[in-house]
Amino acid sequence: MTSPTVALPRAHAERGLLSWLTTVDHKRVGILYMLGAAFFALIGGLEAMLIRTQLAVPNSQVLVGDAYNQVLTMHGTTMVFLVVMPLLAGLGNYVIPLMIGARDMAYPRLNAFGVWMFMLGGIFLNLSFILGGAPDAGWFGYAPLTAKTFSRGTGIDFWIWGLQLLGISSITSSINFVTTILLLRAPGLTMNRLPLFAWTTLVTSFLILFAMPSISAALFLLFLDRHLGTHFFNPAAGGDPLLWQHLFWFFGHPEVYIMILPAMGIVSEVLPVFSRKPIFGYTAVAYSSVAIGFIGFTVWAHHMFAVGLPDVVNAFFSAGSLLVAVPTAVKVFNWISTIWGGTVRYRAPFLFAAAFVALFVIGGLGGLFLASVPVDWQLTDTYFVVAHFHYTLFGGSMFAIVAAIYYWFPKITGRFLDERLGRLHFALQFIGFNLAFFPMHLLGLMGMPRRVYTYAAGLGWESLNLLATVGAFILALSFVVFFANIARSLVAGERAPNDPWDGHTLEWLTPSPPPPYNFARIPVVQSRRPVWDTKYTGNPHPRPVVEVLSGNGNKGDHNGHMGDHEGDSEEEHIHLPAPSLWPLVLAAGLTVFALGLVTHWIFVPVGLFLFALGMARWVQQPLFSETHKTSS
Amino acid sequence: MPFARYRLKGRMLCRAAAIGVMLGLLTGCASQSPSILQPVSPKGRAEADLFGFILAITVFTFIVVEALLLYAIVRFRTRDPKAIPRQIHGNRALEFLWTAVTAIGMALIFILTWRTMTAISTPPADALPVKVIGYQWWWEFQYPTLGIVTANELVIPVGQPIRLILTSGDVIHSFWVPRLGGKTDAIPGRENQLWLQADVEGTYYGQCTELCGTSHANMRLRVHAVSREAFDRWVEAQRAPAVSPTDPLAQQGYQVFMSKACVGCHVIEGTPAQGRAGPNLTHMGSRTTIAAGLLENTPENMARWLDNPQAIKPGVRMPRLGLTPEEIEALVAYLASLK
Repeated sequence: MTSPTVALPRAHAERGLLSWLTTVDHKRVGILYMLGAAFFALIGGLEAMLIRTQLAVPNSQVLVGDAYNQVLTMHGTTMVFLVVMPLLAGLGNYVIPLMIGARDMAYPRLNAFGVWMFMLGGIFLNLSFILGGAPDAGWFGYAPLTAKTFSRGTGIDFWIWGLQLLGISSITSSINFVTTILLLRAPGLTMNRLPLFAWTTLVTSFLILFAMPSISAALFLLFLDRHLGTHFFNPAAGGDPLLWQHLFWFFGHPEVYIMILPAMGIVSEVLPVFSRKPIFGYTAVAYSSVAIGFIGFTVWAHHMFAVGLPDVVNAFFSAGSLLVAVPTAVKVFNWISTIWGGTVRYRAPFLFAAAFVALFVIGGLGGLFLASVPVDWQLTDTYFVVAHFHYTLFGGSMFAIVAAIYYWFPKITGRFLDERLGRLHFALQFIGFNLAFFPMHLLGLMGMPRRVYTYAAGLGWESLNLLATVGAFILALSFVVFFANIARSLVAGERAPNDPWDGHTLEWLTPSPPPPYNFARIPVVQSRRPVWDTKYTGNPHPRPVVEVLSGNGNKGDHNGHMGDHEGDSEEEHIHLPAPSLWPLVLAAGLTVFALGLVTHWIFVPVGLFLFALGMARWVQQPLFSETHKTSS
Repeated sequence: MPFARYRLKGRMLCRAAAIGVMLGLLTGCASQSPSILQPVSPKGRAEADLFGFILAITVFTFIVVEALLLYAIVRFRTRDPKAIPRQIHGNRALEFLWTAVTAIGMALIFILTWRTMTAISTPPADALPVKVIGYQWWWEFQYPTLGIVTANELVIPVGQPIRLILTSGDVIHSFWVPRLGGKTDAIPGRENQLWLQADVEGTYYGQCTELCGTSHANMRLRVHAVSREAFDRWVEAQRAPAVSPTDPLAQQGYQVFMSKACVGCHVIEGTPAQGRAGPNLTHMGSRTTIAAGLLENTPENMARWLDNPQAIKPGVRMPRLGLTPEEIEALVAYLASLK
């Protein structure tokens, strides 16, 4: 087979801080998301350790009252908005264009804007700690505790605008994913061949687009209540605190699926590769995600069974919550059947993905108790709920994210993560997680409420709390091992080939790490597992991409490749979008503006100026600069 | 009784399963805990039975699913890096089967949820009404038909259904006494209903379960379920105005109370103290705890509390009054005399 002539672009400013600040490459944006999330994970993890230290023994004085409530609120808010969501967005950004045979996301500069908005929003939120106190009304911020009467400081205002900034980031990123996945798929990559991680990211993006406006509106109303004398949530003046709960959970419960669906997608990629089989029941796995997405909007009031809704309303939301278990269970059975009959390799990505299934099952089964109204009357707002959602969001989402990092690290960096450290990490994380969170089920049954900074001795809660704290420290240790593994492997990890795991999907066609343009020629896809089928079934190769780039695996060394013309006399030109600083300026403008609303008015005009400057220059700057022709 | 018609099939079996599994895990702990698996009320029992039923389903599912997963992982491990298994893409019949089985299981849970919920959600007609008002961070209990106002300790006759009318004076709280059944929120501007009934005499622990600010963790309560005779005696005593102190030290405490800021926030019926910001103290000496169930009602604890309430319940509206040790001693004697 002859190789085509390709005009390969020279990457702009490939090194240095400026190249990162101005990047619009989806892969670099993805890495920035993950680095930012890793930083916030350290903060959120530290907050978790403070919480567990305080609760290790009864009547402890380590973290009391408001200080505890601040750490509690920031732990939840951080883990949801600054760790799990951006990690999934980062992985999606990096991997999905590669998986679907695209050269970038549909809107590269919007993509860069999204990551800067996330980072600055996260920094903004955490600034509250040093600027008068962090928010302390819980990540759900129930009215009227968030009213000015009960929360006088600026913590709640930081929370309001921090979440607004992060919401803007999520919405832009979702628009980008939807457009990219619907429009930029390689030829032949029909929706029924779409990799499952792309499927779940697509559904998640729609969920964000429909759910975010609800919390954005609620936060805006709350700000008006606090500062302009409106009474949307103030019962004394005819407002309704329950309105907040409905608006919040209309966002808040789909948010749970926003965090779990892409994780399910990751597992649906990893398990087949390490079992050397296709996913069992592709159609069911793909469409069950869509079903979860729809049903996910009919369950929000199961957070509100104790607020005094009528029986019929409670029954409706109970039914919806039970119904969502059906597509979820379908996925679990499909995953097990995928492993069944395979030739299973115990590499780190597989271990974490298999543990995801095992732990997510526990989280899901725990949810059945909470979906049943009378049982929920007993269990809601107890440690049983804390156990349940950590099994879904840590045992679920985080285990899948870690699996994804072990799985795609060789593609991203060109090096493997160390397997032996990986196993140590796995053992510690699995044991620590279960020790920390399983006892909380029992604490809930034994009557321990959640969100309490202390508890009395003599209620039988001591030993299980101590056990949970020990588990939490083991869990923290597992992440020390993980970070050490990443640091070590970046420098001295074993070199990874293009296709280190005998993969199925298109990203494994590219060099490790991939060049800025991903694919010299866009591959043509003829099946659900294009790369696997080429290797094992004699199907025609998706396109001779590997040959084009053979010997040019290293970044920056891809220029000057020569090949013969194939048919066309026209040379193929690859256009890569030009780097741009303006997305960062625009995001900074919004952040400074928000800072002005919360602290000193002087920041408002400064922020608006930066915002206008960023917007104007962004619009004026052409998306593409000159293409560098390098063909002979 | 509304529960005569309420029968869960196999409820004994379910409860046995629930208690079997849980007690295995909770040995030594459960007896002292306010556990939802040791209900003493009809409602709590119905909820525990339903819990047991769902526990049976989930434990069964857990064992089957985890066993299949573990078997697949262990059985199909291969060290040969070149081995290619048979490529199976799915199985319609199998997929239909597990979708249907799951759906049936969920339908079953839903039916029992509906039956239990409708059986226990409405209070019996003969229930004794008690108004519960949540405040940051204590509870007021008003018995409108008996003319009693008290705080933090709800006294009820055993076997008598109680209809709680819940509301809040500030933010959202949630009233929960685990052994008497599920919780209901106390929401400002609304009146929610929750009914409960204790079938066994005893003191039952409870606390606020909705994050309500700084001292949410310190907003506790007790329910004393007593015999009908004891309840009638208690009612009689509570309806009387506060006793006048006879002991000289308590008399001195009375003077301190009436001359300091105390009167601004507390009611003691039959005295000039008519402030309504804090708990009614007319019969403070008859309560077993102070500071919303945080401390036992002993002279030492009361003295600690009066000296510096903020150290015991952070954020509490009662300020540090700067009382001298002598004043505190006198106040402790006076409050203890208010039986």
